[in-house]
Amino acid sequence: MNLTVNGVAHDVESAPLTTLLDVLREELGVTSPKAGCEQGGCGACTVLVDGEPQRACLTPVGAVEGTEVTTAEGLGSPEELSPVQQAFTHHYAAQCGFCTSGMMLAAEAYVRRGGTDDREAIQEALAGHVCRCTGYVKIIDAVAAVARGDAFDLTVTAPSPGMTNLGGVS
Amino acid sequence: MTQATEVMFPTSADEAVAQFGDGSDVTVIGGGTIVVPEITYGRRRPAKALVLSRAGLDTIDAGGATVTLGAALSVARLTELADDATALAQCALNIADYEVRRQATVGGNLCAGAGADAPRGDLQGPLLALEATARSVGADGEVTEPLEDFFAHRDGRLLLDVRFDKPAASAFAAIDYPHTHAYTVLAVTGVRRADGQVRLAATGLAGFGTRLPSAEAAANDPEKAGAAALADATVGDDAVASAWYRERTLPVLVRRVLADLEEAA
Repeated sequence: MNLTVNGVAHDVESAPLTTLLDVLREELGVTSPKAGCEQGGCGACTVLVDGEPQRACLTPVGAVEGTEVTTAEGLGSPEELSPVQQAFTHHYAAQCGFCTSGMMLAAEAYVRRGGTDDREAIQEALAGHVCRCTGYVKIIDAVAAVARGDAFDLTVTAPSPGMTNLGGVS
Repeated sequence: MTQATEVMFPTSADEAVAQFGDGSDVTVIGGGTIVVPEITYGRRRPAKALVLSRAGLDTIDAGGATVTLGAALSVARLTELADDATALAQCALNIADYEVRRQATVGGNLCAGAGADAPRGDLQGPLLALEATARSVGADGEVTEPLEDFFAHRDGRLLLDVRFDKPAASAFAAIDYPHTHAYTVLAVTGVRRADGQVRLAATGLAGFGTRLPSAEAAANDPEKAGAAALADATVGDDAVASAWYRERTLPVLVRRVLADLEEAA
């Protein structure tokens, strides 16, 4: 069955009930979608299917035959990061990185559908994505910055307007 | 494991019905949000799988005095009913997250069995209060019946659509979830029909959505109705809440919904 992943057409051999996640990772070697909970609850496997975010772990590959799948690999390249990737870098929105691909694709879809820098709206858009490292402040900062159309200087890390000063260290 | 499964992707409702046949050994996959993890984790090994993603059952028809929802309609699209069935749209927004709402289907929500740790089927309450009918096929052919009756024998049947009359007003109240992905702790839907009668139903009390007829009979007096609701309920303990807690919050939600209905009048 046909599947286009990050602009490259593939003839997939896996059985039709195999999850899209397994096809991407095991058959096609596209490893940015992560196998976290594998029951739709963590968001780490999220990819774009025809531009809309979808859990690859919940999707039988046969159900998305003929579609265009985008993963983090398809957002930008190491030489030319996409705005969302630049924002996550500049705002230090990734720590271990396990949730980051899913977060970025949900963010990409949010910005594409005209999402604003309203923090509550961003929270709602990312509600299905779990980060166990850092909390969410810097992730929301990053998405808000992309939504505003900020330019990013990748040689410095941005201060966080969303952080509360907890320790009295200035 | 999955290689041995016969997988069918019908491209029309008629083809889905034909391929479902008498339903024996057929696992129906709507959006996959419940069934696919069960396959992944080896809890279910379907002999035959009927995947509805291309069956044309993802329709919504709210053009006239009634609303008809195809079984494979996504939960997300119920938000289009904000004017026609407010409670259903609010309930949909309360389910899971942006991505899962786009994948989960009305049929899956109504047909999934109760989970081991928590009740499922958020849409059962609103659709029971809306007095929806269900059209399904099975070994004895096509049947259209009240949703309660469908629930009683849904195993072995393929749900095609649900239909209800547009209400004069509707309201939805739920206990806030501890987490986006938690199942409903408790939710109450109130519907004022075009003829002025009030219908009430709850999700999260026990395994299934429940109509609250004693509360309906006392709907003119919210205090009384809240207390009466307890008589209609079989309340259970599970991982998300205790029966003790649910007994104390059910009257509150009933009163809240009746107050909202009053305001909408």
